[in-house]
Amino acid sequence: MQNSRLPSGGRIDRKRPLNFRFNGHRLQGYAGDTLASALIANDVAVVGRGFKYHRPRGIIGSGAEEPNAIIQLGRGATAEPALRATQVELYEGLEASSVKGWPGVKFDLGAINDWAGAALAAGFYYKTFMRPAKLWKFYEHFIRRSAGLGTAPSLPDPDTYSHRNAHCDVMVVGAGPAGLAAAVTAARDGARVIIADEQSEFGGSLLASRESIDGLAAPDWVALQCRTLTNSKNVTLLPGSSVFGYYDYNFLGILQQCAIEPGAQNPGRIRQRLWRVRAKQVVLAQGAFERPLVFCNNDRPGIMLASAVSTYVNRYAVRPGRRAVVFTNNDSAYQASLDLHRAGVNVRCVVDSRPGGAGQIAESLREAAIPVHCGSIITNAYGRKRISAVEVARLDLSQRETLECDLLAMSGGWSPAVHLHSQAGGSIHWDDDRHCFVPAPSVQPNRSVGACNGTWTLATCLLEGHEAGLAAARNSGQRLPRDQFERTVSAAPKPANDAANEHATTPLWRVPGARDPERLPKQFVDYQNDTTVSDIRLAAREGYTSIEHLKRYTALGFGTDQGKLGNINGMAILAECLGKPVSAIGTTTFRPPYTPVSFGACAGESIGSLYDPVRKTAIHRWHEDQKAHFEPVGQWLRPSHYPVNGEDLQSAVQRECIATRNSVGIMDASTLGKIDVRGPDACKFLEWIYTHNVSKLPVGRCAYGIMLGEDGMIKDDGVMSRLGEQHFYVTTTTGGAAGVLAWMEKWLQTEWPQLRVHLTSMTEHYSTIAVAGPNSGRVIEKLGCDVDMSREAFPFMTFRSGNLAGVPVTLSRVSFSGELAFEINIDSRHALDTWLKLMEAGREFGITPYGTETMHVLRAEKGYVIVGQDTDGSVTPVDLRMNWLLSKDKDFLGKRSLARSDCKRSDRKQFVGLKAIDGKTVVAEGAQLVTGQPGRIPARIPIPIAGHVSSSYYSAVLQKPIALGLIRAGHTRVGETVLAIGSNGVEVPVEIVSPVFYDPKGERQNVQ
Amino acid sequence: MLIIDCPYCGERDETEFSYGGEAGIARPQHPESLTDAEWADYLFMRSNPRGPHRELWNHAQGCRRWFVAVRDTVTYRFSETAALQAGASGDAE
Ligand SMILES: [Zn+2]
Repeated sequence: MQNSRLPSGGRIDRKRPLNFRFNGHRLQGYAGDTLASALIANDVAVVGRGFKYHRPRGIIGSGAEEPNAIIQLGRGATAEPALRATQVELYEGLEASSVKGWPGVKFDLGAINDWAGAALAAGFYYKTFMRPAKLWKFYEHFIRRSAGLGTAPSLPDPDTYSHRNAHCDVMVVGAGPAGLAAAVTAARDGARVIIADEQSEFGGSLLASRESIDGLAAPDWVALQCRTLTNSKNVTLLPGSSVFGYYDYNFLGILQQCAIEPGAQNPGRIRQRLWRVRAKQVVLAQGAFERPLVFCNNDRPGIMLASAVSTYVNRYAVRPGRRAVVFTNNDSAYQASLDLHRAGVNVRCVVDSRPGGAGQIAESLREAAIPVHCGSIITNAYGRKRISAVEVARLDLSQRETLECDLLAMSGGWSPAVHLHSQAGGSIHWDDDRHCFVPAPSVQPNRSVGACNGTWTLATCLLEGHEAGLAAARNSGQRLPRDQFERTVSAAPKPANDAANEHATTPLWRVPGARDPERLPKQFVDYQNDTTVSDIRLAAREGYTSIEHLKRYTALGFGTDQGKLGNINGMAILAECLGKPVSAIGTTTFRPPYTPVSFGACAGESIGSLYDPVRKTAIHRWHEDQKAHFEPVGQWLRPSHYPVNGEDLQSAVQRECIATRNSVGIMDASTLGKIDVRGPDACKFLEWIYTHNVSKLPVGRCAYGIMLGEDGMIKDDGVMSRLGEQHFYVTTTTGGAAGVLAWMEKWLQTEWPQLRVHLTSMTEHYSTIAVAGPNSGRVIEKLGCDVDMSREAFPFMTFRSGNLAGVPVTLSRVSFSGELAFEINIDSRHALDTWLKLMEAGREFGITPYGTETMHVLRAEKGYVIVGQDTDGSVTPVDLRMNWLLSKDKDFLGKRSLARSDCKRSDRKQFVGLKAIDGKTVVAEGAQLVTGQPGRIPARIPIPIAGHVSSSYYSAVLQKPIALGLIRAGHTRVGETVLAIGSNGVEVPVEIVSPVFYDPKGERQNVQ
Repeated sequence: MLIIDCPYCGERDETEFSYGGEAGIARPQHPESLTDAEWADYLFMRSNPRGPHRELWNHAQGCRRWFVAVRDTVTYRFSETAALQAGASGDAE
């Protein structure tokens, strides 16, 4: 039963009733309702609980400013927390619940806080958190349960979100009178226009207005402008779209609500779209927020902003009460009394704090026989879950009288929505005539018009919008010729009621009381954060006199609210405490987002498989056919191991290792970074980049090389092949490929631009197949190879170009396993075919494909480091005992740093092998190394960490665990036993040994 | 998001670029002859001004060229971008 639905009027569709649930109750509204208007239609007065005192709260506003009606929408996967009921459009089956208050809205444990309020004064949370940490454990459970603005969903969101980039000449924010005038004018000039409004319907205040413009009723004028815009090809209309951020270089973020209903009923349907707009010019027309008035118990349900009352009555045809009182310090609220009166609500009186009352509009009230009490105030409100009466008094608190009512419409004046202007870097200044902050000149190409510029009359709003649209269009680029332009762009729209004689607003920052505010019922300044007048006064007494400190001490303007309603009153009350003018207080910083943005919208399409591109080698399909397990390495997917017959990781790796050591293994090494370096100065350039003597490398030979940062730390490693006097081919680690190329380019372009060198990434062009093991040469020969594979003709660390099975290849005799091994570099188009031929040829030798796991074990058995696993950006080549790679004959990047005192310390962490004393335990990678005996670790907190385990495996060929690590002064500690302690806390005694576990003399790479 | 005027490609979104630190930090000609303090000055010390800052940018997702830009560290405004002059360390002078 929609008891408070008016019999006619409103912009709702009475033919389309919608069923919904609120806090478990089945209710009904109409299409066109917001959740808030539907709740009012159903007489739901209490929609939530205060954050700190848990007092019952009702709907106050009708838009983004709503501080109380914070709800949780939906449940399960589509649950959405922290939404404002005033911004949620109603849909069939909507389920919503209040998020404040625990365990329920009607009965609330936390309401005890209201009676024990003194304990929760300003700074309570602050002081609690700073006080003995032990007590926090006690408070935490209680506070966490009773605070907060909703519950995050724990299931994946089934909805689809999208991003869109757009450019435009003129971006108009807000489609009220000023915004519409600006957009229509700019569009007439041919500018590409985007106009966004957070409401689902354009028009802003005009939708609830009874004015007329250019001879049309306001809503009809809106409809005409919308038709004009819709029919313009150069205009994009974004209703239901909140401009939440204004960033550098006129870049704006917009959250568009594409589908009001959550859920995956319609696969592929976009729920929300995040627009990233780059605008040449911006027109800000976001309007203003009406301010509440601050008096005792001003948070009781039934107390609403006057403009919200008009909106509910006119736009949604609901009646927020039956007996109303209006309380104001300006003319605008008079309209609410007329709207209520017309809707059949008994308006008992208008209480105006100004002795002179209102201007021209006061006559309309006389005609309607609505009494006006000038120079009067409301001092208190009665009733807990809904007001039942208010106390009226003269300004001097005389003639107190109690008036029964169930609705109080209040207006404390207006605050321009300067948020976006401020986000864009513009400052704001206090206007002593209008009693509000207004935008100071912009620093980015934008203009504020209408109410967000502190302009109140409709005629001026329309004129400002028109002129701003004109200027923005012209400044964004000349389109129409001047004469044509002047013919096209007509004059500004004009309202019928052009010269409204308004009386000025008189500030009333807080209603005076007979006693100090602390000794009266609570007077709320910030509803969402439960900040009261006494909180602000306490903060001022305790010395928190800067507005930024006040904010943090009292939470004024925190959270999703961002002070939309309370900030100005709060600042003015602080100013009063300090005996300063409001203009001396300043304001806090406005930060994006203006209204909350869902994580789904932030992520957009970049989720799941679209989160990051996946790179696959030319042989990938074969690995998949073999049911290989893959691991991501950078963006690449690499086979980690190839289990057969249900093997686990450990058994597969042991089998692959043994097969490679005893006969032959094959690995897809295509992901290695490959850079072609050529030019007359290629050698000179590489001498700077690499630490070894590049010029001494003969054509046809390979060399292992490392590169250092200028800080002397290992950056990357790989194999360098000299293809010609001026032509080199270098490989990098898989993960380092892009970074190394960019780094080389930077040196080349910024430091040595005179060097004639070209760098070309070859990573995708060539595939690399590593064939390793005593039978590797035989397998390759079987394919038909015109390279002499004999040990003498093709020595270790050389390469040969030739044909393999008729395909041109480069064969390198290099080894990352210590075995006789070859790397086949081949055009990626032929890689899979050659791989298949190698598998076929190798069958008689039991050729075994192996993945990254086996590769890691094979190299660890030889003590070869993996950059990024055994090093971490703080390891020098000396720490790795790679002194033999450091040329004494030349300078290279990082060389000087190796002579810095820190790099010469004898207690640096140095690279060692580690052997579990029990011969069984594979210590955890990442385990800390601690000096001491089992159970006798020195009792110091924190325990000194001597180093850590960087690699650890079970070696099948050695039949024991092996590990590598970095430990302080490790090179001089061989033979010492230390403890490896992993996250399980178990102490494993390990002996420091040489990192070369297998074939220390290096004989196997020449096995015939 | 900033707009950066690549001297080779024109105005592009910031996301196409990568930052390369302060410009004009020339690598010393003879590092071995420097004291630890002098080397550390080259290696670690940067001017970090409040206001205009000469810095290196790379059009990483475009032409891959490095260039010099003057950016205000307070307003984030670029007042100038210029191709590198053959010489040293991104010093356009
Ligand atoms: Zn470029």
